[in-house]
Amino acid sequence: MEKNTNYLVGVFGDEDIMIKAVKALRKKGVNIYEVFTPYPVHFLEDALGYKRSWMPKAAFGFGALGTTCAILLQSWIMGFEWPMIIGGKGFIAIPDFVPITFELTVLFSAFGMAGSFFVSQDLKPYKVPQIFDRRQSDDKHIMAIDLAANKLSEDEIKALLSEAGAEEVNNKSFTEKEKKGSFIDYVVDLFTNGVTDSARELKG
Amino acid sequence: MAHVDVDIKNIQEQFTFEGKLKKNVLLIGGIGVILFVLGTIFLIMGGGHDDHHAAVEHATEVASVHSGDAHGDAHASGEHHAEYHWWQRIIVDFWLSGVFFTGVALLGFFFFALQYVANSGWPVLIKRIMLNFRHFIPVGGVVLLITFLVGSHTIFHWTHDGIADPNSPHFDAIIAGKVDFLNTPFFLFRLVLFVTVWTLFGMALNKISKAEDADMSGTTKYFRKAQRISVAFLIFFGISESVTSWDWIMSIDTHWYSTLFGWYLLAGWLVTAVAFMSLFVIILQEMGYLKAVNENHLHDLGKFLFGFSIFWSYLWFSQFLLIYYANIPEETIYFIERLRSSTYAPLFFTILITNFIFPFFVLMTRDAKRKTMMMKIVAVVVIFGHFLEYAILIIPGTLKENGGFGLTELGSGMIFLSIFLYLYFTGLSKGGLVPQNHPMLEESVHHHT
Repeated sequence: MEKNTNYLVGVFGDEDIMIKAVKALRKKGVNIYEVFTPYPVHFLEDALGYKRSWMPKAAFGFGALGTTCAILLQSWIMGFEWPMIIGGKGFIAIPDFVPITFELTVLFSAFGMAGSFFVSQDLKPYKVPQIFDRRQSDDKHIMAIDLAANKLSEDEIKALLSEAGAEEVNNKSFTEKEKKGSFIDYVVDLFTNGVTDSARELKG
Repeated sequence: MAHVDVDIKNIQEQFTFEGKLKKNVLLIGGIGVILFVLGTIFLIMGGGHDDHHAAVEHATEVASVHSGDAHGDAHASGEHHAEYHWWQRIIVDFWLSGVFFTGVALLGFFFFALQYVANSGWPVLIKRIMLNFRHFIPVGGVVLLITFLVGSHTIFHWTHDGIADPNSPHFDAIIAGKVDFLNTPFFLFRLVLFVTVWTLFGMALNKISKAEDADMSGTTKYFRKAQRISVAFLIFFGISESVTSWDWIMSIDTHWYSTLFGWYLLAGWLVTAVAFMSLFVIILQEMGYLKAVNENHLHDLGKFLFGFSIFWSYLWFSQFLLIYYANIPEETIYFIERLRSSTYAPLFFTILITNFIFPFFVLMTRDAKRKTMMMKIVAVVVIFGHFLEYAILIIPGTLKENGGFGLTELGSGMIFLSIFLYLYFTGLSKGGLVPQNHPMLEESVHHHT
């Protein structure tokens, strides 16, 4: 299978050096693909210049949808479809609806958020994780740089990485299949091998 | 934004209470006095209330029809308030403001102790802001004591003579059943005991916190000691706050009771205390103090303000829904008094907007919690909204159709606010603004949300 060597991987042992490196490289105009850390590092998303996620807006949207659905559902059932008098209240007694409206708002919001998270992080069953360096879940901070997205040459970026304090600078590549993942392969594998990890075998 | 560069060795600041701030605090008191005097004059002249009479009388009629069977004799004798004098409203206003600000001071101090028990590191820089709420507790206690001694008959129906005596024309069977708990000596004992113990806890924790400032050896013994005292305080607080809420407010409507009243008042007081904390942090920062405090700390205060507003709404609604759904006359009377009255119904709905809808939608986004302007607006609205809430809790039960929210309420509230702020800032000026040897200070400096 064809391999396209298009990532440079800087390995850092210390979070402070890594954050300083991120800033220094971004200052030089290097486009950083992603940084992987074994634990959450404060101020990293600021250093990388990430925009705020759209998740809170999605949460509000799904919540509002839940509120609307809850009120419509209850009004329709209690007011039109099967009118019932409960406790001498009117057919559409708003205070009675509040607990269910609240619950449905939370439910819609929670499910919507879970779904939004899968979509925003491109998580799917047949996703093949791109592991740049297995030590990213152990004791190293891994900075991946997509060479295709950068104007500077490979050697220049390598020099910058070493200068900024990277302990190692490696090349890394993925096959097209690893990059995209294949739904068909996943399903075929599921039927032939059962639920295993083989379809998304970790390649370190 | 970058890593915080703060010189932790020179973090201590000394606050001085003077200049514009002092002038503004006194100005609030001055305006309060003017409003209060004006309001009192209007009350003496008897203006402004006659037009409400008809509507409210109707409401009371409806209410007594509803509750007639259940209350029987008990309610028939509940007409001690028939004679209304203007000074009754003054007494109720003092009770309202005293209860409100004493509670806020107590809950502010509770929040301080809570941080020790929760082992939380983020608020260390603003711990002194929480600690100094305590200064109003003894003063508020004295005011409440005097107000009670002067006007207990106005505020509390159960203090009337002969109310538990079967031979008396004032006999009230329901109150007679509660007389073991609701009697004047025991009430005064509880008031004095609670206020004294709260004050003593305040002094003890203050002493430890100040002693920690002086000891440069880096020991954690003060922290551990403060933690132990805080645990003791929280246990005492949990009981005393509940009992206090029954005593000071729920026993006004003596026939009525709600089992979640203790939490409900706790939520209202707590959210107001957090609003005051946010305001104090913002004011001090604008004056150039609290240099190490940044928008991350404000964000956390904002989250508490947002969260406790929702918590208050949750409890408010839980109380309302059960009573509304069950529809038992002796319970619904409480809401009928407020909802079927043209004086109280608008206030009743206003507090839902100021205390729930407004903070909920305005503080929902992350950015709003990190902006001083937004936090300031929400804090002021929430403080006012909860003062209004306490008015709607206290006034209808005491003054019936003669009450309302007017100049005297606003005036007395501002006078008490001025005293509260004066004591607060005076206390804050004694000792440093930052607990400089607190073991978790470093964590607070680097706090990031």
